Parts: sequence; C-alpha cells; structure tokens
Amino acid sequence: MEPYKKHTSVAALMNRNNVDTDQIVPKQFLKKVQRTGFGAHLFHDWRFNADGSDDLTFELNKPAFQGAKILVTGDNFGCGSSREHAPWAIADYGFNTIISTSFADIFFNNCFKNAILPIVVDINTLNALMEEIAGNEGVSFEVDLEGQKLTTPGGNSFEFEVDPFRKQNLLEGLDDISVSLTHADKIDAFEERQKSAQPWLWHTAS
Amino acid sequence: MDVANTMVKDAMKRTMYEKIWDDHLVHEEPGKAALLYVDRHLMHEVTSPQAFEGLKLANRSVRNPHSVLATLDHCVPTKDRDKPIADPIARLQVETMMANCDTHGLNLYDMASPNNGVIHIVVPEHGFVHPGMVTVCGDSHTATHGAFGALAFGIGTSEVEHVMATQTLPQTKSKSMLVKVDGELSEFCTAKDIALAVIGKIGTAGGNGHVIEFAGEAVVNLSMEGRMTLCNMAIEGGARAGLVAPDEKTYAFLKGREFAPKGDDWDMAMAYWQNLPTDEGAEFDAIIILAAEDIAPQVTWGTSPEQVVSVNSVVPAPESFDDEVKAQACKSALEYMDLQANTKITDISIDYAFIGSCTNGRIEDFRAAAKVAKGTSVADGVTAIAVPGSYMVKKQAEEEGLDQIFIEAGWEWRDPGCSMCLAMNGDELKAGQRCASTSNRNFEGRQGKGGRTHLVSPAMAAAAAAAGKFVDIR
Repeated sequence: MEPYKKHTSVAALMNRNNVDTDQIVPKQFLKKVQRTGFGAHLFHDWRFNADGSDDLTFELNKPAFQGAKILVTGDNFGCGSSREHAPWAIADYGFNTIISTSFADIFFNNCFKNAILPIVVDINTLNALMEEIAGNEGVSFEVDLEGQKLTTPGGNSFEFEVDPFRKQNLLEGLDDISVSLTHADKIDAFEERQKSAQPWLWHTAS
Repeated sequence: MDVANTMVKDAMKRTMYEKIWDDHLVHEEPGKAALLYVDRHLMHEVTSPQAFEGLKLANRSVRNPHSVLATLDHCVPTKDRDKPIADPIARLQVETMMANCDTHGLNLYDMASPNNGVIHIVVPEHGFVHPGMVTVCGDSHTATHGAFGALAFGIGTSEVEHVMATQTLPQTKSKSMLVKVDGELSEFCTAKDIALAVIGKIGTAGGNGHVIEFAGEAVVNLSMEGRMTLCNMAIEGGARAGLVAPDEKTYAFLKGREFAPKGDDWDMAMAYWQNLPTDEGAEFDAIIILAAEDIAPQVTWGTSPEQVVSVNSVVPAPESFDDEVKAQACKSALEYMDLQANTKITDISIDYAFIGSCTNGRIEDFRAAAKVAKGTSVADGVTAIAVPGSYMVKKQAEEEGLDQIFIEAGWEWRDPGCSMCLAMNGDELKAGQRCASTSNRNFEGRQGKGGRTHLVSPAMAAAAAAAGKFVDIR
C-alpha cells in the first residue's frame, strides 16, 4: 500500500446523503477477477449517459473537479454492500481522502485497506467546507494526516480524529496481514487453548 | 492487558456480544485494534478472486481450510443451468472460484452439487455456524447467522485475504444496541415486516457503530428461519451485526445437521452455548422498543430500506418530513420511483414479482407465499419468478407440491441463486419496471438500471403478483 503523505489537492463536492455502494460501483462490474481498473466504473450510472458519453450534469464531471484527491460528501457515505470494489473504484479514480459526517461501518473499514483516509466531521464543519467549495470550485485543501489537520484557504481549517493504529498503518503504507502475523505465536496459542476448551470446534464432519 | 483466558467466567455482567468478543480475543494492546479469532469463513465467487490472488502473490496458503464453506451464488443463472454460463466474465469468475477452492482444499458447493445455493441459506442447512462463533464472509448479509447467536458480519476482499492467511481479523469493538419487540405479531406479519419496521424507525444509519441484539416476545416466537430473516436485515439498519440469543429452538434446529457437534461433543457444546445469552442487568449503549401489535405488513416506497410504510398507508410527501435531509431524500426517491405523494400503497401497480434471496428464500417463505398464490393467477402484464434459496429448499418445496402451486398460478419456478436480488446473473428489471421483491435492498438500480424495487414479505409478494398491485393481506 502506498504511504499516505501530506498533500494539497483539489476538493470535489458531492452534496448527496446516503450514497450507497450500488451507486459507487454497480453490480455488473463486480464480475471482474482483478483488483484494478475500477476507477473507470466509479458512479457509473450517474456519471455516464446511455451512449457512454460523460453526463455533464453529474457534479464529479465538472472541469474544476478533475484531478481532485479529496471528496467532500453527505452523511452515511458508502452504505449498503461490503463490496471492496467501492473503495477500489474511489482510489483508482484518484481520491485518497473522503470527508463526511458519517460513513457506513464496512465501507469505513475497507477504506483503510486501500490507502484512503475517511475523515468524520460534525455537520457545521461539513457545511462550511461545502460552502467554501461551492463558492470557489477548484479550491485546494491541505491534508496533514501526521498532524491530523486539514487547512483551507477560506479559513475553514480544523483538526480531525483518526484511530492511532489506523493512522500509523496509513502513514507507513503497512499491510494488515504482515502486522497481524507478527503475533503468529499468539494465534497458535489461542488455537491450542480453543482445542482444549472447545474441542468440538476442531472435530469436523469432513 | 493480558489476553483473557477463554472459558474463564467473568463476574461482570456482559452482553452476548461482549461474551463472544472476550472469548475470541487473540491479542489486544492499547492504541491498536484488537486481533479477533475467526471460527467460520464463508465464501462466494464475487468477493474472493482478488483475495486468492493476493495469497498467491505473497506466497501464503489458507491457514484453516476446515473453517471454510464456499458456494457459487451471485453470478449463476437460475435457468438453463445445463448450458455454460452465457456471460464470459461471470463464467471466468465461477471457474476461478472452483480452481481456487480446489487448489486450497476448500469445501465448495458448486453448481453441480445438490447442496448448491445462496451462501446464507446453505450454511445454516448444514449446521455450519453455531452459537458463539465468530463468522465472516465477503458479503454484508453475513449478519444472517446472528440468528444462531453467532457474531457474524460482512468484510471486504482484503479482509477475506487476511482471514485466509491468519484466521484472525483486526477489529474495533462496537457498541451494543438492544432492539426489543414485545407482544404478539399479527398472523399476517412476518420477521421481514419486523425488520422493515425497525429500519423505518432507526433509519439506515441508526445502527452505525453498533451490534444489534434482537429480543422480546415477538423475536423469541419467531422460527429459526424468521430469526435469520430478521438478522439478515440488521445491516440495512447500519448495524455491524445482529444477534438473537440461542435457545431450545436453536439447538433443535442444529441437532443432527452435518456440521453440528455429535455425541459427547454435543453435550459439551450445549453447556457452552447455554452460557452465552446476555446476563440479566447487562448494559446496552442504546435501547429501542417496538410493539409487535403496531406492526402491519410493510412496503418500501423509496430507494432506501428506511423509506417504508404500512401497506394500508400512503406514499409520504416530502413536506411531511421535519428533517430537511429526509425531505430531500423523499423528493429524489419519488422522482426515481415515479410515485406521487399521497398515493395509496394499494393503488401502486407492479410489473414483476420476485420471491427469493438470502432474506426470504427458505422453505417457510415459499410455504407462506404458496398459501396466498394457491388458486390465483399472476395478473396480466406481470412476470413472477420464484427462486428457491438452495437445491435443498427446492427439493423440499417440490416434495410439498409448492412448485405446482406456483407454476399453476403462472409463476416461473427457478433453480437457486441470488438472482434478482442484485441482478448480476441476467435476472433483472428493465428501466421503469416496478417489482414486489422479497429481497433486502431497494437502492436505485439494484435490480437493474432504472428498476424500481419495493421490499415486502413473501406473502405480500404473492398477493401483489395476483392482483397486479399491492394488497393488504390482512
């Protein structure tokens, strides 16, 4: 995973609530066996006309938002399915930061596996950020994960919360599996205890 | 903090969730996510290929093959299964799953297997998940298995790889929510109606950050299949997982099934399971109470499961919502669904009816629907498909003559699969078509681009197919 470095990037505005995973990546794209290339399908049904051309009324198609790495959006982002194809599409498209008042649980977890930083803010902060972008499309924000600070030119800077373990993994680009395997001896020990305390779990039918 | 020794009885009052959590802690240290042991890993073809690829690239293997049960369900056709899968991408995905399971020695119910079906239907059929187990799957409706008092939740593909490699997952502990449904449910209402009523009350984000324990007379009175339907929908209320305390019904359901403990193992397992229910006086972070008598057959009208009303009600107007966000969501939903405010639900016509999915694809669902469908005919202009959740359900239904009831009424009787729940296999709505569906999500485009989904119980779907519009079945 790429380490998450401090950056100043365009912030795109998607002022919708409850954006679900069926919108982020519709099901017909889940048949692929590779992990790559999902950016082309991000928000497919909203983003493209029936003939495949860009739907210019879709906010992310605005010229000012091209190249944006930050997505500012409404409540309960990513609700619905566990499909990790959703953050794959978001990351492959180019976003590495999402700001909202809340995220669905599974989607939130999936972000951290894909070098995406989901930032939870209160409604007043969200509204201020949305107003700043709406009044100045193409504006860039600075995201400093190490310092847990987001800075905007319009004076809406704030500090944000992030779980320290997840923060470290994002900063260092650490792979969860390697980290867990540093505790391999504890996993072995757990299984030994379970085999003796709950032996039926280890007697399988086949 | 040292890892709590498993099986040590804690003097503190704990919820069932806390007990299961404590008994699965492999490692915990301040400032880091805890490492939780995973007992059961369920798999299907859509969320696994990249995980197997990752394992291969890192030169790792599946740690505990015996903990895995896999199926093919999302992409498989529900008819003409003797022919190769038409969609080449779907065919590749299915073949990839078969090859991966073969390579790693994993138990797979493939399309030729008499055990094949939807993952959350076949797993309980074989007694694979027991009370107190931590169970995961790359699928949000894994919550279904909470019906057995197991901590069961959906995970992403990276986590699928992590579980295969380590048999553990880093997890942060959720809060606990108690949803208590007191009283007696009407004979015309089902677990599906309870689930929709709960989501209507708490919203699709209401359970965010929580594990929900369902309790109360109406929940206890549900059959195991009813409890599965209820827990299945916990994710639609934003919860991490749903749980129902194991009891005599749970043990009776499990006893004798292929993967249930046998002989002395059964007695030892029962002793453990009986200590799992929440302690008297344990505290929950949130408590929601509903009266079962207040629950009427539910019908969703919008593009989120929380946009739901009783069948004897009307489509709401945006102005009727105090909350600006909900009002705006109502407006967008009415536009997508092509519905007018204040239209009676019973005046809404349908083009399609679908009975099936991991929510309502079990034998009791087909019995309930057949009871309503018997002697009726599917209305002109309506297509109705009945998709058993597994070959075992299909066989049982045929032994009971249910298939004949559906076929004589003009329904198509299909082979198992996720089918129209999410329309990955060719069973789908055309733009603008309206469907009475026993599935779990009514998001825009869920059943096909431009498709309009109304979530209901099986009996309600059968009634709607016959009338060509929604009916109050009471």
